[in-house]
Amino acid sequence: MHSFDITLENLTKMEGHANLYIKVKDSQVENVKLEIAENQRFYEQAARGQPIATLPQLMSRICGTCSIAHMTCCIEAVEKAVGIVPTEQSLVMKKLATYGLMIRDHGLHLYFFSLPDVLGKDSILDFSEHVEREHKLLHDSFDVKRAGNTLCTIIAGKPVHAPLPAVGGFLKTPDEKQIEKALKELKYARPLVLNIMDTFHKWNANFERHTDFVALTTKDFSFLEGEIKSTDGGVIQEKDYIDHLEKVIIPYSQAPGFKFEGKEFMVGALARINLNKESLHPETKKSAAEYLKLFPSKNIFHNNLAQGIEILHAIDQSIHLLENVKFKKEALVKPVLKEENVGVGVIEAPRGTLYYRLNINKEGKVKNANVIVPTAQNQINMEKDIGKLVQDNINRSKEHIEHEIEKLIRAYDPCMSCASHFLKVKWS
Amino acid sequence: MKLRVGWFTFSCCEDNTIVFTEILNDYYDKITEVMDICYLRALRKKNDKTNLDIAFVEGAISNSKAEAEVKEIRQNCKKLIAVGSCAVTGMPSAQRNNFDEARKKEIQPIVEMFKYSDTVLPVNKVVQVDDNIPGCPMEPSTFLTVVNKHLKEFGVNAQL
Repeated sequence: MHSFDITLENLTKMEGHANLYIKVKDSQVENVKLEIAENQRFYEQAARGQPIATLPQLMSRICGTCSIAHMTCCIEAVEKAVGIVPTEQSLVMKKLATYGLMIRDHGLHLYFFSLPDVLGKDSILDFSEHVEREHKLLHDSFDVKRAGNTLCTIIAGKPVHAPLPAVGGFLKTPDEKQIEKALKELKYARPLVLNIMDTFHKWNANFERHTDFVALTTKDFSFLEGEIKSTDGGVIQEKDYIDHLEKVIIPYSQAPGFKFEGKEFMVGALARINLNKESLHPETKKSAAEYLKLFPSKNIFHNNLAQGIEILHAIDQSIHLLENVKFKKEALVKPVLKEENVGVGVIEAPRGTLYYRLNINKEGKVKNANVIVPTAQNQINMEKDIGKLVQDNINRSKEHIEHEIEKLIRAYDPCMSCASHFLKVKWS
Repeated sequence: MKLRVGWFTFSCCEDNTIVFTEILNDYYDKITEVMDICYLRALRKKNDKTNLDIAFVEGAISNSKAEAEVKEIRQNCKKLIAVGSCAVTGMPSAQRNNFDEARKKEIQPIVEMFKYSDTVLPVNKVVQVDDNIPGCPMEPSTFLTVVNKHLKEFGVNAQL
């Protein structure tokens, strides 16, 4: 019979700060505490009183890596609140910016955070230039991320805290030279993505526990519009999503957790591919056919493979759009303000479903903002998974267990900066 | 000669870390030629923060634990460079400093529960800062210019 504690402070190779405390008594896991250790920055409180024109720039600062997701979701919520229907071109540009984000952000996670686990290395910085496979994967990572970075830059102005997306449209459209550059880089990156998918496909990592998966499912897998579906069969409209979520106060963590329909659940790439793989781009379906057979999957490590598939899809969709859309200068669509203006935006951020609800007054200033981020939604599921993982490995060495836990948490691709944007909880 | 370098983050959105990982797309070979990246939690598990030539510090300082950590970093580095708007000016992470009374009251339970400081501070209010790379996030070109200046001062011949 074992009794021991595991303390993992400052978990590495992920976004932000988190600690983990586990108590095992007489070979039974008694307690798992995943503590999000980022100090709050109170963005929901800061949003109050902000004019809608500057709000997306403020909310972008919640997260460095998925800033374009926060900006896009915030703009959607504002636009819905003030009666703006985005033009066809502006919707295409939102999609392209999101595809660029997915390529860059998933690329960062797959190559920089998770790939060292696959190759048994501490860091991508330790990959050897003299070992062909390591050298190739290292340089592939740069080419894939660069393609996403360039796509974000030509559409949104910058890959992080982009200056061009605005309420009512985009401030600038890409020129032909920029489009040509992006197309060249996207086409160059495509075969490299097939290689990284193969690498994660061959990785013998498995962890399964029954849970529900939830995602916004869109007809063209654009991450932006559609209905929210779950593996238990439910279909929910964007504006009603919050009615199905239950906020759970986690006293030791600086972010609240959430349950969906009263149960823990998972959002993210794995959920999206599980629920909506039919809507992927035809070329993606063709190239990833072998991997797509694995889905729906309960194996959390398939979240990596799902991200690889999404990078490929984002590349295929972007190539299609950039080759076929003629961009023209457009004025921003103007808001129409009523006495009370309420809007809900829901999109799929790289790590899962992102929810914004905004209440705007007749002067066009925010009265109330409610933001629910993916990592907070996954928090309870992660803890339960960690508990089962430790129990399954209870007779193994502590070092082995610790290593497995870190791999598992990384497979979720958590983002602690997002999770710590606010805390609207009454402590008693 | 290679400089021993650490990258540390405090209260912020870590956008400069992300920009740094994007700079690596084009400058990996040059950067690893002139620097050993000894501490960067986003990229490695085995980190070493002792005896650094340069410590890059991102984010604002928002509790006593962070204050103690940044003081320890200062003691372990020859030069400390504040990176990004939150480290250089405190904002936007320091936005709660300017909240009205109603909002301050609303966040007070969390401020107390997790022992936050009364005010969120830029790095230079806690330790001596040798240089700044401003921006929200930093511009890659500014990063390169500032690093090149310090490479010269350390007597490293190569430039990024």
